[in-house]
Amino acid sequence: MSYAAVHEDDHHDHKPTGIGRWLFSTNHKDIGTMYLVFALIMFFVGGAMAMVIRAELFQPGLQYVDPQFFNSMTTVHALVMIFGALMPAGVGLANWMIPMMIGAPDMAMPRMNNMSFWILPFAFALLLSTFFMQGGAPAGGWTMYPPLVLQLGDGFPFLIFAIHFLGLSSIMGAINIIATVFNMRAPHMGFMKLPLFVWTWIITAFLLIAAMPVFAGAVTMLLTDKYFGTAFFDAAGGGDPVMFQHLFWFFGHPEVYILVLPSFGVISQIIPTFSRKPLFGYVSMVYATASIAFLSFFVWAHHMFTVGMPLAGELFFMYATMAIAVPTGVKIFNWMATMWKGSMTFETPMLFAIGFLIMFSIGGFTGLMMGITPVDFQYHDTYFIVAHFHYIIVPGIIFGLMGGIYYWLPKWSGHMYDEKLGKLHFWLSTISVNVLFFPMHFLGLAGMPRRIPDYSVQFTDWNQIVSIGGFVFGLSQLIFVWVVIKCVRGGEKATDQVWEGAHGLEFTLPSPPPFHSFTTPPEVTEETAHS
Amino acid sequence: MSVIKLKQTVLAVIAVSLFLASGTALADYALNLTEGVTPTSHEVYELHMVILYIVTAIGVVVFGVMGWSIFHHRKSKGAVAHQFHHSTMTEIIWTTVPILILVGIAVPATKTLILMEETGDAEMTIKVTGYQWKWKYDYLDEGISFFSALHQDSNEARQMDSGIDPNTIENYLLEVDKPLVLPVETKIRILTTAADVIHAWWVPDLGWKRDAIPGFINDNWTYIEEPGVYRGQCAELCGKDHGYMPIVLNAVSKEEYAAWVEEQKAEQIEAASGSDREWSMDELMERGKAVYAANCASCHLAEGQGVEGIFPALNGSAMVNGPVSEHVNIVLNGKNMMPVFKAQLNDVDIAAAVTYERNSWDNSTGDVIQPSVVKIAR
Repeated sequence: MSYAAVHEDDHHDHKPTGIGRWLFSTNHKDIGTMYLVFALIMFFVGGAMAMVIRAELFQPGLQYVDPQFFNSMTTVHALVMIFGALMPAGVGLANWMIPMMIGAPDMAMPRMNNMSFWILPFAFALLLSTFFMQGGAPAGGWTMYPPLVLQLGDGFPFLIFAIHFLGLSSIMGAINIIATVFNMRAPHMGFMKLPLFVWTWIITAFLLIAAMPVFAGAVTMLLTDKYFGTAFFDAAGGGDPVMFQHLFWFFGHPEVYILVLPSFGVISQIIPTFSRKPLFGYVSMVYATASIAFLSFFVWAHHMFTVGMPLAGELFFMYATMAIAVPTGVKIFNWMATMWKGSMTFETPMLFAIGFLIMFSIGGFTGLMMGITPVDFQYHDTYFIVAHFHYIIVPGIIFGLMGGIYYWLPKWSGHMYDEKLGKLHFWLSTISVNVLFFPMHFLGLAGMPRRIPDYSVQFTDWNQIVSIGGFVFGLSQLIFVWVVIKCVRGGEKATDQVWEGAHGLEFTLPSPPPFHSFTTPPEVTEETAHS
Repeated sequence: MSVIKLKQTVLAVIAVSLFLASGTALADYALNLTEGVTPTSHEVYELHMVILYIVTAIGVVVFGVMGWSIFHHRKSKGAVAHQFHHSTMTEIIWTTVPILILVGIAVPATKTLILMEETGDAEMTIKVTGYQWKWKYDYLDEGISFFSALHQDSNEARQMDSGIDPNTIENYLLEVDKPLVLPVETKIRILTTAADVIHAWWVPDLGWKRDAIPGFINDNWTYIEEPGVYRGQCAELCGKDHGYMPIVLNAVSKEEYAAWVEEQKAEQIEAASGSDREWSMDELMERGKAVYAANCASCHLAEGQGVEGIFPALNGSAMVNGPVSEHVNIVLNGKNMMPVFKAQLNDVDIAAAVTYERNSWDNSTGDVIQPSVVKIAR
């Protein structure tokens, strides 16, 4: 049966116009675009805060901001980047690509899709408004450990409600993705034929549904501790401040995989295309992703080895953490085997994918080092961990997302992007990101704690190098904005297939695709399955 | 300009800025973890090095294979794509080999961890309490107790626009007014706890850090092998001055330690006197100025001007110029970011600070607050 009958207004591809097109949009592509634009704006807001941090740390002594504001910068930088840039960017890609990849006209619940996006600007208005309040913006770290977080002034309830809204938005997005993939696949698109990007997003969606409510509950307990006299986290009232950390990281560790799995999916699309070879070990990739997600609920306390757990607990979380290295290794090896004996070309998306493989692995290696409890007693809360998770997040997750945008942008806009500028963006970013984050390993090992606005003079040299890397990296991202704007406005016409080695249903649609992706379900062939 | 030229230019700019940034202190780069001065810190260091070598070796192999593939299997070299897409044997190998490597790491790691958690048989016990933003050390066997805070020289230099170059301060931010003194070659149990928020006590040379949590006591141990001065910092974000609560540990011979203990006991008795007599305005103002500089000025600033929207100004403040009891109460019990000072300062110090605040800058209430008033308010 044709889906077109349901959408009589739109079957000649005419779109609503003006501001209403965006405000009331129920279209997966428009909502996807809004998510991506929002994520990009937040990437620069969070990035500006990182620039303040690196400017202050350029030399010892206080030059620009007082320590309280510095703490607000580190705290809000993390919240904005995680909840404002990375997660919405992942959801934006999902919105754009999942219906096109499974052969559906749109998402299963288009109105909820609209709502889950439009919650975001309000949530961030709440969060960022705290900068103008008595007591300032949150400054107790994005992890919000009590009792410190309870010392926050008028901004406190705004922080909590912003998180509630973000959680709501994420859960709605997750339900929508699950409903879409479970119900709207084209005929013969079985689960084991889904593209890996769709698989990683289903697993991410389940992680969101499992982890977000725990987080919302924990921050609600903070709220009642502050305003309603409860003592969940106050030892003097019979509570336990460490309990918050357990609850937080029970959410927080799966959150890491919520951020990274969509990038894993993107990489699994890009590498086969530019190697002109099918993905190696499709089935083991699916199972490895699922195992990583499952194990991610059993390793949370490796974020808190120094709180003083019993020996048995420390050993359990050490072994569980080491175990995660196995499925992660399988994924890396499968990607390498996909490249092996292929016929590779190195357009910008492939460059970002290879950058991801190498630098994400470096972050994985330091992750393994920190999983070893006795050694973590030294690494914990130093610049070593700052280096570790930034290697995972920046040249890992963000490179994955950017690679995905370069990969699909010609499909979305109908034009090829400027390849020279894309490559310039990649090389500048790769060089500067290493100048930025690699020396942080040395700083951490040499004894510099994280989250400090000023440091002892022996740390000066590396901090200056790190700051220079930071400024160059920050500026390099303006090239990305320019490439995207230029590509949207015009350029060489993209073919339907876009890339020589591309398969998959999204590449059977015209570039740009029609307003409603597949109004009649497509044929799923051997060619278009798994990719 | 071609992309390649542009790349070269950018590389040159980066190289030059790196060179300029590194300056003359090239010899002084610390790159690696300290080996430390305790049996556990040596084990931790060795474990760190072993794992570092293992992951480096894995990295060389993995990136080597990847590099070889990138170089040879490229379309521009005429490579034709093979179409294989799975191999169960390969999957089994690259699942099993990492498991074996991990087990190999887990064995020594478990041994070290068990050793680090054996806190029994200690010859003496020290309790470390974290405060915003200083440390308190209690020698439980000797009855000695004192606070240890950032040294005055560093404290002056670290203020914004202080005009003091941190490079001219010896051990900038890593010096305290009164260090922790411990004997060498003694198994010492170190308990950590906190009075307000969570802190973490970390001296890298001991080989571990441990959180100091209000309402909980964590136990740890150390055995220092060599005399020396070992420096560390708070490692858990604990508010505004988290970066300014260093730890200095002075490890001395057992004889020197015994002498130091006797000296401290005498000083402790002397310091306790004074809370039950009447103090004059001048005495309180003089003492109050010092107490204010050490405890209040980091937030409310030297002239009591505060920070707009975050730390209230005390100069001309309605609260400071209002009823004495409310003023004393907020200093004793804290509010929001304001720490609870009743556990940190004695009656004389609080009376002096309150008197000083009420009679400094534009404030001139003329009030003289006696230590006895504070004692009743507690």
